[in-house]
Amino acid sequence: MPGDLLDAIGGTPMVELRRLAPSSAVRLYAKLEGANPTGSVKDRIARSMITEARASGALRPGQTIIEPSSGNTGISLALVGSLLGHPVRIVMPDNTTAERTQLLNLYRAEIVYSPGAEGSNGAIRLAQQMADADPTIYMPYQYGNPANPRAHEETTGPEILAVVPEIDVFVAGLGTGGTLTGVGHFLKRARPGVRIVAAEPLPGEEVQGLRSLDEGFVPPVLDQSVLDDRYLVSNRDALIGLRRLMRDEGIFAGLSCGAVVHVALRVAAEMESGNVVMLLADGGWKYLSTDLWTREIEELETELESSLLW
Amino acid sequence: MSTVRIPPVLRETVGGARTVDAVGATVAAVLDDLFARHPALRDRVTDEGQLSRFVNVYVNDRDVRYREGLDTPVGPDDTVILLPAMAGGSR
Repeated sequence: MPGDLLDAIGGTPMVELRRLAPSSAVRLYAKLEGANPTGSVKDRIARSMITEARASGALRPGQTIIEPSSGNTGISLALVGSLLGHPVRIVMPDNTTAERTQLLNLYRAEIVYSPGAEGSNGAIRLAQQMADADPTIYMPYQYGNPANPRAHEETTGPEILAVVPEIDVFVAGLGTGGTLTGVGHFLKRARPGVRIVAAEPLPGEEVQGLRSLDEGFVPPVLDQSVLDDRYLVSNRDALIGLRRLMRDEGIFAGLSCGAVVHVALRVAAEMESGNVVMLLADGGWKYLSTDLWTREIEELETELESSLLW
Repeated sequence: MSTVRIPPVLRETVGGARTVDAVGATVAAVLDDLFARHPALRDRVTDEGQLSRFVNVYVNDRDVRYREGLDTPVGPDDTVILLPAMAGGSR
C-alpha cells in the first residue's frame, strides 16, 4: 500500500555515469536527489527535523515553523509543514531565483527577505532574531539540528552502500555539512578507508564583502573530522560541470551538482581504479529562469558573483 | 613568487589590494612573508600563533587542513586563498 508524499521521500535513483568516467577502471555513480518530492535532498532533513521535533514535543500541533534558507530547505519545510498542519515562514536572501518564491508561495509558506549581500549568514541572523523575539515560533535550524545529519546517516548512506558496496570515494556539496557528516559517519563505519570529499562554493566578492572574521561561522552539524579533502569550486567550473552533466549524461541538475561533478572528476582523474559516488542534491528546475545551460559563461559568472544559487 | 588572494574583509590590512605577491615554499613561509610586511594581517588571522578556525586557507582549490596544514607546499605559480569560514552553501 502506498503511503503519502512524506513516505515517498528518499529511495532516490542511482545511476552510473559511463560517459563522464575517465576510464573503465574508475567508475562514477550519481545519486539523483532531484527525484525527491520537492526536487531536492532537503526533503530528507525537513521530514526528519519536523517529525523528530513533533515526537519530542519541541514542536506542538499547529505551531509555526521559521527557518533561514535560500531555497531548497525552505521549500521542503513548506511541503512538510503544509502536510502536517504547521504554518511555515522562510527567511531568504533577496537575490535568489524567481522559482523559489513561486514554489514557496504554492506550498503556502510566508517569505521574509533578508539582504542578499549578507548571504546565508544574513538570513540566519534575521531568522534567529525573529525566533528569539517570539517564543511561540519553532526554528528547526538545519545548521545545528542533529536530525539533519541523522537523516543522511540513516537513509542516504545506507541507500548508497546498498547499490555500491565497494565505494571508495563519496563527493557531495558543502552547505550545512549535514550530508557529508551523516553519510560520512555511516560509510566510515561500514567501509573504513572510504574517502569523504567536500565541494565548496567559492563565494562571489559581493557575498564575501560584508562578512567579518569575528562572525566566522562553522555550522555545528558539520563534523570536519569526517572530511578527507575539501575543494573550492568557482562558479565557472561549476557551470562547466553542470553542462557536461546535461550534455554527456542527460542529467538536468542544480548548480551545486556541477561543482560536485567537477570535484568528482578531479578526484577520479588521480585514481587508477575504484568507485566514486557523488550526490547530486537537486534538479535543474529552480534554475531555469537563470538559464545556466545556454548563456555565455562570462555573463553568468558576473551575475553569479552577487547571487546565491547553492 | 606566489599570489595570495585576500578576502574583502582583510583588505584594509594590506592597503586595499585584492591580491598580493609573497615568497615562500610552504603555506607557513608564505604567510610569514606576508605578515612581515603587513603585521595587521597577522593579528586578524591568527589566534595565539595558530590560524583562526574561522579562516580557511587553500592552495589553489584545496583546503590545506586536509593536506599538510601550514606545511603544505606552495609553488611559484600557485595561488593561496584566504577565506572567512561561512555557511558553505545556501540551501
